Amino acid sequence: MTMFSRTDMSLLGQWWQTVDRWTIAAIITLATLGAFLIIAASPPIAERLSLDTFHFVGRQVLFLPLAMISMFAVSFLSRVNIRRLSLIIFSFAAALMMFTLFSGAEIKGATRWVNVVGVSLQPSEFIKPAFAVIAASMFAAWRLEERFPGYLVVLGLYGGVVLLLIAQPDVGMAVLISFVWGLQFFLAGLPMVLVMGIGTVFIFGGFAAYFQFSHVRERIEQFIDPQNSDVYQVSQSLEAFKKGGVFGRGPGEGHVKENLPDAHSDFIFAVAVEEFGMIAGLLIVSVFGFIVLRGLMRVFKETDLFVQLAVAGLLAQFGLQAIINLASTLNLMPTKGATLPFISYGGSSLLALSISMGMVLSLTRERPNSKFTSRTVWERSKL
Amino acid sequence: MKFAQIIHPYSPVAKGTGQHGVVLPNRLKFDGARKQALETSRNRLLVTGALFVLAFMIIGGRVIQLSLNNVRVDIASNKLVHVDKILKVRADITDRNGILIATSLPTAALYANPQQILDLDEAVGKLTSVLPGLNPSKLYQLLSKNQKFVWLHRNLTPKLQFAVNALGIPGLNFQQAERRVYPHGSLVSHVVGMTDIDGKGLSGLEGYFDNQLRDRRQPLRLSLDVRIQALVRFELENAMEKFTAIGAVGIVLDVNTGEVISMVSLPDFNPNKPITAAGVAGFNRATKGVYEMGSTFKLFTSAMALDTGRVRLADRFDARKPIKISRFTISDYHAKNKWLTVPEVIVHSSNIGAAKIALEVGTNTQKRYLKRLGLLSPARIELIEVGAPLSPDLWRKINTMTISYGHGIAVSPLQLSLGVGALVNGGVLLKATLLKLGKESKLGGIRVIKGKTSQVMRDLMRLVVRQGSGKRAEVPGYFVGGKTGTANKPGKRRKGYQTRKIISSFVAAFPTNAPKYLVLALLDEPKGIKETQGLSTAGWVAAPIVQKIIRQMVTIVGMEPSTKTEKKIVPGNVLFIPPSVRSPQKLTSAHRQLSDLEKKVDELLFSTNKRRGRLVATN
Repeated sequence: MTMFSRTDMSLLGQWWQTVDRWTIAAIITLATLGAFLIIAASPPIAERLSLDTFHFVGRQVLFLPLAMISMFAVSFLSRVNIRRLSLIIFSFAAALMMFTLFSGAEIKGATRWVNVVGVSLQPSEFIKPAFAVIAASMFAAWRLEERFPGYLVVLGLYGGVVLLLIAQPDVGMAVLISFVWGLQFFLAGLPMVLVMGIGTVFIFGGFAAYFQFSHVRERIEQFIDPQNSDVYQVSQSLEAFKKGGVFGRGPGEGHVKENLPDAHSDFIFAVAVEEFGMIAGLLIVSVFGFIVLRGLMRVFKETDLFVQLAVAGLLAQFGLQAIINLASTLNLMPTKGATLPFISYGGSSLLALSISMGMVLSLTRERPNSKFTSRTVWERSKL
Repeated sequence: MKFAQIIHPYSPVAKGTGQHGVVLPNRLKFDGARKQALETSRNRLLVTGALFVLAFMIIGGRVIQLSLNNVRVDIASNKLVHVDKILKVRADITDRNGILIATSLPTAALYANPQQILDLDEAVGKLTSVLPGLNPSKLYQLLSKNQKFVWLHRNLTPKLQFAVNALGIPGLNFQQAERRVYPHGSLVSHVVGMTDIDGKGLSGLEGYFDNQLRDRRQPLRLSLDVRIQALVRFELENAMEKFTAIGAVGIVLDVNTGEVISMVSLPDFNPNKPITAAGVAGFNRATKGVYEMGSTFKLFTSAMALDTGRVRLADRFDARKPIKISRFTISDYHAKNKWLTVPEVIVHSSNIGAAKIALEVGTNTQKRYLKRLGLLSPARIELIEVGAPLSPDLWRKINTMTISYGHGIAVSPLQLSLGVGALVNGGVLLKATLLKLGKESKLGGIRVIKGKTSQVMRDLMRLVVRQGSGKRAEVPGYFVGGKTGTANKPGKRRKGYQTRKIISSFVAAFPTNAPKYLVLALLDEPKGIKETQGLSTAGWVAAPIVQKIIRQMVTIVGMEPSTKTEKKIVPGNVLFIPPSVRSPQKLTSAHRQLSDLEKKVDELLFSTNKRRGRLVATN
């Protein structure tokens, strides 16, 4: 693996020395698995929608290199530039989200999509990582810079984002962003009294969403009392796990994809386990776990509070999205419509996730002299 | 002072102490705040990481659970159900020779999603043409319901399933189902019981062994012999019709193993048509019903008296006049007006004699023996329908006396059979079983009387058939021994007795030289007919049933008649019964004339009888 020697001081050489290559390997594993599974899962969906058999496969194969390139490009950026990039993405995405409110196309009961140069994008997917980074920097400033009312700024931004999301409405995304924001606030040293308080607010917010939005209510009622509503997708999904067994029915031998409208996106994990078995299922789950935990371990020793908060926020987004998707597929929680990161079909989501993971890679890069520079005069005098 | 203002509120140098503390350079204090913030963040990061680990482990565990355990998730109830349990068919039940008694046939259950039905009229028309059993208006109502699931038919044969499928109606679907079939219909109904529409055991063995029948693949082999069951039921049904009785019970036991060879309770029901199981027909008189059995209890009384040694066979008891005790009078049906030996008490079925023997035994000993004979606690058998016996709460002298001839205590016919079985089989009370026992696995029993006493009891029972009220149960060559029991049924309000409503029973064991089987027949409220000279006592109605059962079943079990001749009982033998002055035939006919007179007197006295609480046992 010594493509670049330690003494190689070129930009690429330095990057290779400092970046977390294990995480890159894990992400590429996921993306590759995703590509294979799209080939397995999407043709029946495409045929049902009267599209070209390999419509989704083609698009995913087109998006994947683009996504990987974005990820690597972002991972080259310095910490300061990550903040700048986040600010730019945040501004654009917020603007687009306001735009969708007025002219977005309505898909499945919500206006989330906007058409940018022939490609439909979901701006809320992009605002997620950007907001996490901005929130992290504000929280860090609040703790470290005297008199800077960082938490007020971040509270205002959070309120704005959540309002925009609820207006679409995209309650699931609002909940996810709220969770991550809450986690960052928690890490940044939110007093325990307030931790409890915000927990309560989340619970009430959940109730409000339940009573305010009919499709949220339907999902939850369906989970609580499945007899009353259509639990078709979940029952099909569970059937797939049963049929898959330990070793699976073999590539292409699965049938659940023929019956699930969302086999290529929300329920792709069921297709994976039906065809490749419990072993493949456990592999996918452990790769997700690996990425999240390795990232958290890497920033544990980090001395820059901003980096710690930002990486924790980004990884939490990534991990929670995976957990929500897997848990709904496994009937452990109500279906929420979350995609499985890097595996499910979805251009916007893939691109946004790549940028997000690019940021993680960039922020977790080792800085050869960071230990030295981060030490204060006082600390050094103690040595 | 200047620095104090800059100190961050979260700084460890602490608010308010700035003025008194060491004055530090700005950079130093700031660094302290940073370290504090990082400390908090790291601690909480550990918590976050732990939560993620937990979440991923739960998900991994669920993947393993779903794909490894071969479980089916029943979405409707959100429960995990084992697949092989659903696909597995309920085990068969066979008799002791492997003859099928209950089996399950795979069928298809038809259901509909009314919301998917396009043309309601067409669907109803087509369905009723294929399934004429469906009511068109009811079907119309079902299919126009605002539901997503309605059952239309629970048991379609493969042919009908094909026909329904061929209709091509959208919104109809099938589910694999099974139907329980009882090829013998009502023959074994009370023992086998039945299942509900979902195949769950409701009553009888189906209920008792519900879980085992679901799990096992081997058929459940019973101790019953359907051939004997059929002849017992046939004879009981005939007798019931002949004497217009309201119910009948027949039991055949293997007295050496406790296996139930036959158990019939009439009226019964056809388990293939579960709707008829309700009401009286669903009541198992053999195990659930408890009755005052009457004179058959004299066997227990004499057995305990002889077993304790307080009474010897030759001891005589004064039966010359009725016993008057407080408000009650105990009298004999065939009054002999003399001192009677124990064999005479049994053969003439003297209530007075039995009561006097019981007094010799004493209340506590009587209670102890009845308890050991299993007559005070519910019989243990593999059925849900087991009745608890009724015995007095307060066991006084009068109770001891009435119980000695089977009144004031109510037991089930099965309890009585087991108790008598213990008297004849050498003195061991066995647990009754409906399952066939292996050759080596003999059920352990409890010794209740001495082997010697059991020998005497067999002689006494044989004597009843040779010379007493059980003559009509005799089958030459099989040395049948038995005891009649005729009891008045208690009044409706548990006060007094009804003279016209009786329970007639006969319990027999054969061959008495080495007993193998016990046979019990019981008729509930038999009425006398001309052939029996208007009598419905056990010797007339129940003993002949037992005789017919024994005569037929010996050919089935392959028991050859003994060519040995019994010793004549001569005077001097303690078992010798001096002949009566009048012949039995004359006695009964004389009695019939009397009984017409008595009827009128009884009717006149009936209300007074009740008030006086007069206890009368007959035969």
